[in-house]
Amino acid sequence: MNEKRDLKIQAIENGTVIDHVKAGQALNVLRILGISSAFRETISFVMNAPGARGKKDVVKIEGKELSVEELNRIALISPKATINIIRDFEVVQKNDVVLPSYVEGVVRCTNSKCISNSSEPIKSKFSVLQSEEEGVSLHCLYCEHVISEEIAENLL
Amino acid sequence: MKDFSREEIDYVLDAAEKLEPVARGEERSRLLDGKIVSLLFFEPSTRTRLSFEVATRRLGGQVLNLGSVEASSVMKGENLADTIRVISKYADLIVLRHPLDGSAQMAAEFATVPVINGGDGSVHHPTQTFLDLYTIRRESHLEGLKIAMAGDLKYGRTVHSLCHALSLYGAEMTFVSPPELRMPPEIVRSLRKQKIRVKETDSLEDIIGDVDVLYMTRVQRERFPDPDEYEKVKNSLRVTGDLLKAADPDLKILHPLPRVNEISPEVDETPHARYFEQAFYGVPVRMALLALAMGVIE
Repeated sequence: MNEKRDLKIQAIENGTVIDHVKAGQALNVLRILGISSAFRETISFVMNAPGARGKKDVVKIEGKELSVEELNRIALISPKATINIIRDFEVVQKNDVVLPSYVEGVVRCTNSKCISNSSEPIKSKFSVLQSEEEGVSLHCLYCEHVISEEIAENLL
Repeated sequence: MKDFSREEIDYVLDAAEKLEPVARGEERSRLLDGKIVSLLFFEPSTRTRLSFEVATRRLGGQVLNLGSVEASSVMKGENLADTIRVISKYADLIVLRHPLDGSAQMAAEFATVPVINGGDGSVHHPTQTFLDLYTIRRESHLEGLKIAMAGDLKYGRTVHSLCHALSLYGAEMTFVSPPELRMPPEIVRSLRKQKIRVKETDSLEDIIGDVDVLYMTRVQRERFPDPDEYEKVKNSLRVTGDLLKAADPDLKILHPLPRVNEISPEVDETPHARYFEQAFYGVPVRMALLALAMGVIE
């Protein structure tokens, strides 16, 4: 089974593997990391792969070790993701993503009257909170609007 | 407003009380001598602008008005950040009124002088909350207060921030509104979490005998798609001489103004009516905020 799955997504020599991404969020992981078509290294991902804890996405980024700050943004859309840093085909470091307490320029405020959605030279700014009942929520530091459901849909 | 602790609010209200004789013109002050206050109002607001202007002049300062937005560089496409950076070079303090939410926060990031939020968007109008608190303290009491807020509690920003501020003093609150305009449930939940006693009703008769302060707000026609519905609601929440027969003799009625017909004119002559005094209290409160922000009083 493992061999079969490895065929779907090749092992990487050096780089970052983001595992246990919430099913369907792989493309948003790339967006949140700011990885666009200008990125020159190999990126591979699987979506909706069967795993022990249900379906998941996996993203592999060749030749780039992303910073902790960049990786922790993933927690906004997939709080259970894990990060594996690979060197010479070996996992040299494995971490869970940690929800940041503050994000800037990552998500658009969903209040259309918020100053951060105007043509002013500013980036959106949110404090990040997590509660048992409501999960992850973003609190706009300009207009105090709260985003909880639609974080993935409003990535910048 | 949520950034202020009870101690900080009391500090501002104490400063306002000391400046009240100056606000009434009974004493003279040169606290803002040589200072220029820029009033940047990007949307109309008679009371707020005038009371800031009076507050500045009573303290011996000078006022720089933006004038009409149509004639300014804003119409040439200048962004607010640049306007703020430029005005920071001309004035010692900026009072900003702007239609977008969070604009005052942004202005404070770009300004090199203090910025006072004179109302931004639909959420914040902190100087109104300070003057409401000051009025309650002067005309009634903040400690152990029983207050009813009536009218449009769904969209009214003044009542939302007043609720939060009064929760710091442990006030008992009753919300009186038609079902369509009830206080947002998240505010009620948050008050109850803070162990604040909250009641909700749609009738002024039910509560008029049991509150120290009745804070009325305007129900706006544009909130109702059906004009008949508006007429019905408009007349259900009306303070009249008849209603006040059942009120406590010490009941004080406040209103952020302008009113339409939610308080009938016969009420104006009763000792309950304190809304015009409330409008005056905007002057000492704004004097205190100007003087504290510019560091001319401690």
